[in-house]
Amino acid sequence: MRYMLVHKLDDKDPAAWSPTPEFMGRMGAFMEEANKAGVLLAGEGLRPTAEGAAKVDVKEGKATVVDGPFAEAKEVIAGFAILQVRDRAEAVEWATRFGEMFDTVEIEIRRVAEFSDFA
Amino acid sequence: MWTGARGRRRAQGIRHELCTRAERYRGPVAATETNQTIEAVWRIEAARVIAGVARLVGDLGLAEELAQDALVAALEQWPSEGVPRNPGAWLTTTAKRRAIDQIRRRERFERSLPDLVVPETAETTDFDAVLQEEPIPDDLLRLIFTACHPVLSAEARVALTLRLLGGLTTDEIARAFLVPSPTIGQRISRAKKTLAEARVPFELPVGADRTERLDSVLEVIYLIFNEGYSATAGDDWLRPALCEEALRLGRILAGLMPAEPEVHGLVALLEIQASRTPARTGPSGEPILLLEQDRRRWDRLLISRGLAALQKAEALGGGTYTLQAAIAACHARARTAEETDWAEIAALYARLAERAPSPVVELNRAVAVSMAEGPVAGLAVLEPLLAEPALRHYHLLPSVRGDLLARLGRAPEAKAEFERAAELTRNERERILLLDRAAACD
Repeated sequence: MRYMLVHKLDDKDPAAWSPTPEFMGRMGAFMEEANKAGVLLAGEGLRPTAEGAAKVDVKEGKATVVDGPFAEAKEVIAGFAILQVRDRAEAVEWATRFGEMFDTVEIEIRRVAEFSDFA
Repeated sequence: MWTGARGRRRAQGIRHELCTRAERYRGPVAATETNQTIEAVWRIEAARVIAGVARLVGDLGLAEELAQDALVAALEQWPSEGVPRNPGAWLTTTAKRRAIDQIRRRERFERSLPDLVVPETAETTDFDAVLQEEPIPDDLLRLIFTACHPVLSAEARVALTLRLLGGLTTDEIARAFLVPSPTIGQRISRAKKTLAEARVPFELPVGADRTERLDSVLEVIYLIFNEGYSATAGDDWLRPALCEEALRLGRILAGLMPAEPEVHGLVALLEIQASRTPARTGPSGEPILLLEQDRRRWDRLLISRGLAALQKAEALGGGTYTLQAAIAACHARARTAEETDWAEIAALYARLAERAPSPVVELNRAVAVSMAEGPVAGLAVLEPLLAEPALRHYHLLPSVRGDLLARLGRAPEAKAEFERAAELTRNERERILLLDRAAACD
């Protein structure tokens, strides 16, 4: 089964979005480990909402586009990874290892929908 | 009360112990959660733990036992002491400590024997260095090559690989392969015995041996995948899960052997084949042929991974798995069945037939040629195969020939071929389909 890990960081904290070379090194090593373990299918990191973000809100069929930064948001999505694992506990374990590289971070673990979920 | 330098050192020691504890252990979690964590950690780390110990003790069976001991220790200690920050390293160190204890006991025992009885001096090992070293990626590769050693039968290699590298239990392997659990248990213990008796060293193959040994590893991964791919609706979920397991093993191997074209070729083939899984069966579990599949259901993520792996394989020179992956990629790239590049597929089958001649490959080439150039050209490729003894009882030969004849309007001949194909197939659903086609020729 597939899980998506989504991690969130403080949108207003510049330090969270400009990682040190040491952190980048650790992150690179972690991604390589997950890749070599055969579990990492895809993953990307995102920029804070001040950099090129936008939001499309649809109300009663009418779309409004709001440009970033998102004033109301504190914690925003900072990246995602799609993992192929054997169960939820394995996804939680990978998320824990990922999270331990940060001082403060929140990681959501969500199961990716499969065709059989709608059958 | 401590006084003087000694007391200060002692106090510093405790402080040091306190802060390293916080660094070394994770925060508290519920006991049930800890057990789930241990299980997950075990599945992620088991192969590396076994591999690290196997290099020390040189015996897969013993290495697995010692790794299991470490797992038991984790189950005893982690719920009360917390999960270590680096749980994999903890398991490896614990298992290696037990291995060193065993080696020391054996050495003491041998020293106590009269000189004549002791066959050779045990080699000296720097145990401290062993405990401190980082995990060596080659260990895992050694484990893969040893579990897939050609001295073992294909089915023994498959079972041992799933056990040692997949972390599957004997029961799980048995359920996945639809055989009784004791059969798998015996298969695994006999395989370990065979490796020990044949004195298969825990080493990476070099020289001329290497190609054959790698073929053996790739074959095991492909066999595991195909077993999962042949699962049908209503089967135990562990059967289709074999596909994911094979893919995981293939991806691990690609990470360990990035310069091997056929490793990437096999991974590409598996990724692309797996991408069709959601489209391969209909609502009541009936198989849907490739050209009739709803391509919107194909897994785009797996296709893009497969195409990327294929690119690597082709850049490195490729091989038969790479050619098969290239054929699968032609289908994956076509948005509709009509857009399929059949001329390219026919050319790839011709290259495949050159490298690995086989009547089945030739039969597939005939289909591709007929799609690219028409039924007459297809029949010409098919003609020499009619005398092929290996295909005498193969239902797809008359089935393909019947299809080509029907397209040419040669109805009576087509009918006879469909009827013959219906007689030969062992699949009931397919038999009905073929008889329907025969009846349609009237």
